[in-house]
Amino acid sequence: MADYLRQLPQGSADLARRPSAASRFHIDVPLLVLLLALTSFGLLVLYSASGQSSAAVIRQGQYFLVAYVVMIVAAQIRLVTYMRWAPWFYLGGIGLLVAVIFVGVGAKGAQRWLSLGGFRFQPSEILKILVPMTVAWYLADRVLPPRFKYIVVSLAIVGLPAVLILRQPDLGTALLIAASGLFVIFMAGIGWRYIFGAAVLAVASAWPAWLFVLKDYQKQRILTLLNPESDKLGAGWNIIQSKTAIGSGGWSGKGWQSGTQSQLDFLPESRTDFIIAVLAEEFGLRGVLTLVALYLLILLRGFWIGLNAKTSYGRMLAGSLTLTFFVYIFVNMGMVAGLLPVVGVPLPLVSAGGTSVVTLMAGFGLLMAISTEQRIADY
Amino acid sequence: MVPVWRFYFIVAALLTLLALLVGRVLLLQVLDTDRGHEFLQKQGAMRSLRTAEIPAYRGLVSDRRGEPLAVSTPVISLWANPRHLDTTRLPELAGLLNLQLSDLQARVDRYAGKRFMYLERHMVPARARDILARRIPGVSGEREYRRYYPSGEVAAQVVGFTNVDGEGIAGLELAYNDWLRGIPGKKKYIKDLHGDAVRDIGVLEAAQPGRDLKLSIDLRLQYLQHRELQRAMTVTGAKSGSIVTLDAATGEILAMVNHPVYNPNSQDGFEMANTRNRAMTDVYEPGSTMKPLTLVAALESGKYSTETMIDTAPGWINVGRKTLPDPRNYGEISVSRVIEKSSQVGVTKMAQVLGHEPIWGVFQRFGMGSPVGVGFPGESAGILPDRPRWRAIEKVTLAFGYGLTATPLQIAHAYSVFANDGVQMPLTLLARDDSVEAPLGQRVIAADTARKVVDVLHAVTGEHGTAGKARVAGYEVGGKTGTVHKVGPQGYIDDKYVALFAGLAPVEDPRFVIVVVIDQPQGDAYGGGAAAAPVFSRVAEGALRLLNVPPTVPAEGIAKRDKQPGGNA
Repeated sequence: MADYLRQLPQGSADLARRPSAASRFHIDVPLLVLLLALTSFGLLVLYSASGQSSAAVIRQGQYFLVAYVVMIVAAQIRLVTYMRWAPWFYLGGIGLLVAVIFVGVGAKGAQRWLSLGGFRFQPSEILKILVPMTVAWYLADRVLPPRFKYIVVSLAIVGLPAVLILRQPDLGTALLIAASGLFVIFMAGIGWRYIFGAAVLAVASAWPAWLFVLKDYQKQRILTLLNPESDKLGAGWNIIQSKTAIGSGGWSGKGWQSGTQSQLDFLPESRTDFIIAVLAEEFGLRGVLTLVALYLLILLRGFWIGLNAKTSYGRMLAGSLTLTFFVYIFVNMGMVAGLLPVVGVPLPLVSAGGTSVVTLMAGFGLLMAISTEQRIADY
Repeated sequence: MVPVWRFYFIVAALLTLLALLVGRVLLLQVLDTDRGHEFLQKQGAMRSLRTAEIPAYRGLVSDRRGEPLAVSTPVISLWANPRHLDTTRLPELAGLLNLQLSDLQARVDRYAGKRFMYLERHMVPARARDILARRIPGVSGEREYRRYYPSGEVAAQVVGFTNVDGEGIAGLELAYNDWLRGIPGKKKYIKDLHGDAVRDIGVLEAAQPGRDLKLSIDLRLQYLQHRELQRAMTVTGAKSGSIVTLDAATGEILAMVNHPVYNPNSQDGFEMANTRNRAMTDVYEPGSTMKPLTLVAALESGKYSTETMIDTAPGWINVGRKTLPDPRNYGEISVSRVIEKSSQVGVTKMAQVLGHEPIWGVFQRFGMGSPVGVGFPGESAGILPDRPRWRAIEKVTLAFGYGLTATPLQIAHAYSVFANDGVQMPLTLLARDDSVEAPLGQRVIAADTARKVVDVLHAVTGEHGTAGKARVAGYEVGGKTGTVHKVGPQGYIDDKYVALFAGLAPVEDPRFVIVVVIDQPQGDAYGGGAAAAPVFSRVAEGALRLLNVPPTVPAEGIAKRDKQPGGNA
């Protein structure tokens, strides 16, 4: 009840004000502005990275259009509705993941897609939203911080899809999904002993994981990170080329469409996972800092929304979604800058691609729903 | 409710991690660590920035009158990047290059995985441009120069040749490579991952063309000698031969031809042995052509004049266990006649009186056994052995030119002493430049001695001499024959000879020194007088006419014409 009293004056002020168009349509204006700036910047970089292909830019623009619609639709739905439907959607998502095992379509040795009448989609993407939603739903009804057995159940909710996706195999997505679920548990306020215990366990399991769990190509990626020069033309190629691209950009860059590394095909995956190297080469450190600043503002807005959420559910979900977004940024940039092993994680809202953009924007739709939520659940 | 401090903790952690990322980028991008911005910028440039050579135009080689002997013409070499080559268009390409598709396919397969292979080098530019205009992926052209030798085989061994990359590898092309080649320029261009040039950035250094080279060779004389040598080869059935013509006054080599020859413009039937400039690289025993040098030693000793009488009866002489015969018993004859007849007995007697030292000394002063110093690749110095102990027979045979070796050019150089009043000019293959002071000659013998020897040489071509066939209508010429046995594994071979003739023309004021060497003439006309002297005659005649040397002896035909009214003498 202390929380309720603390929020009352602010809440009454809200009630007194005449609702604006933005709040009527559940739009968080600062977040929307930041997202528009980010996606525009992304298209600009993509145009150069794709070798001045307007077709690539138009296709990505169409994805963005769809994604914004999804975001706005997601923002309209009330949180209670999400809560009510979360477990069912979750079960449905698990069902799709199981279906992938039996009737999925593959590419490059991984089976990740479902094909429905010519339209291919990746069920694991939906789980990125569903897992935090479901864990938050599960824990929102409990006393917080949660007791041990609830933590175990939460971990199971996270673990089941993560393992299924890991088996596809898709390490990047599995890690993102596991992280998004764990963030919810963390946001629920579990004790530090659990966190430390998990950390110790993680470190202790590193050696067995290296021996038994990681596949050869994954080990190779880690070894490559430590010493890219050991295999310059093979495994080390990507990372050497991207470091070179970043480094040669300097403070002000070589100019838009003038990066030699990216324009002359030296940089691999320059439209997708390594697009930030193009940005760094052509726009220099100024460009990188601009991008990081945009991301930082979005992250801060996300946390602000979480902090001001009126329900535990919203708070946990907002925190988790924002942190997941951060994991995207950190893993991608860390990988391109040669700090982390190469994992297939795109640079959010900048890398070319459709599904991840739609999922991310759906997540921002949820954030907007949280930010414009009326106090209901805590009465 | 979710604790608020957890949010702040998260925001702090997140800022730390982002700072870590930015720090990393900062390290790579701006800070000047040893693997930072500058290093990586250089790395980036190393990948895409390339400098390429702009080929330099190779200098022209011309004869003394400016006739081209070696010319560079621009050509285009077609090459392919096999990794990029559009193999579906191979049949088209094979057709354009006049190749069998299977051959081209095999070559492309051999270079599969490589980034460079020549399709055809040195194409006529128009044809190469036609092929390039078809824009077959992976096919590119490269500007080069091709060396062309307008005089073909005639001056081939002197001029030499270049390899396909335009570097001189034989003859003067090699000797003056640095002078001729120029300095290749540099240009910068950007290439992409596949090695294709994307665009030129600009010329860093323009190519500096090579300098031209003007030879002392007179192409007209060269053609003449070439023709006469080929004729002599046919007539005598000889294995090989050389002719050298010197300008007696300047030491310039006016012509130098050899047989066998090769075509420097074609690879067909190419044999390395044929590229030898035998007049400078091959040594022969000069034989009787050295007798005039022995005569010099005799005259300088004061013991002989050209009129001193020597008894050559009974037509043979024993030296140690050897018997040296004359063709017949000449009886008591003058020193001059000894040389005219090339009498072994007479020369032997003179040599026995003189001893070998003064003769050896004269040979050395005339340049035997020393390099001629033209700087020609493979130039030989011959051998003038300085024996610690001389056997009686060796002392004598030295006097008639056995036991030493010399190149045809060395023999000519020796004879230039007689032609130039006792002064020997340094030899050169380059035209003397009027703006540069002529090098000083070296006085080898007294002018008076030289004059006397020339008179004797003149007599050799007279009615009593051994070289009547050397005579030239309208001019007085002089010279000396030589016939030497070839040397085999078991010493001298009875029936294999080298025929030589060394001469000068005209005798009144010699302009040319001409040496003819015919190696292994077949049949009866194997001697210097029979095989080599007629060649000298033709060459000297042509040279005198070509260089407008006025005739000194009114030949019959000319005399008749002179008598006609209005005749132009």
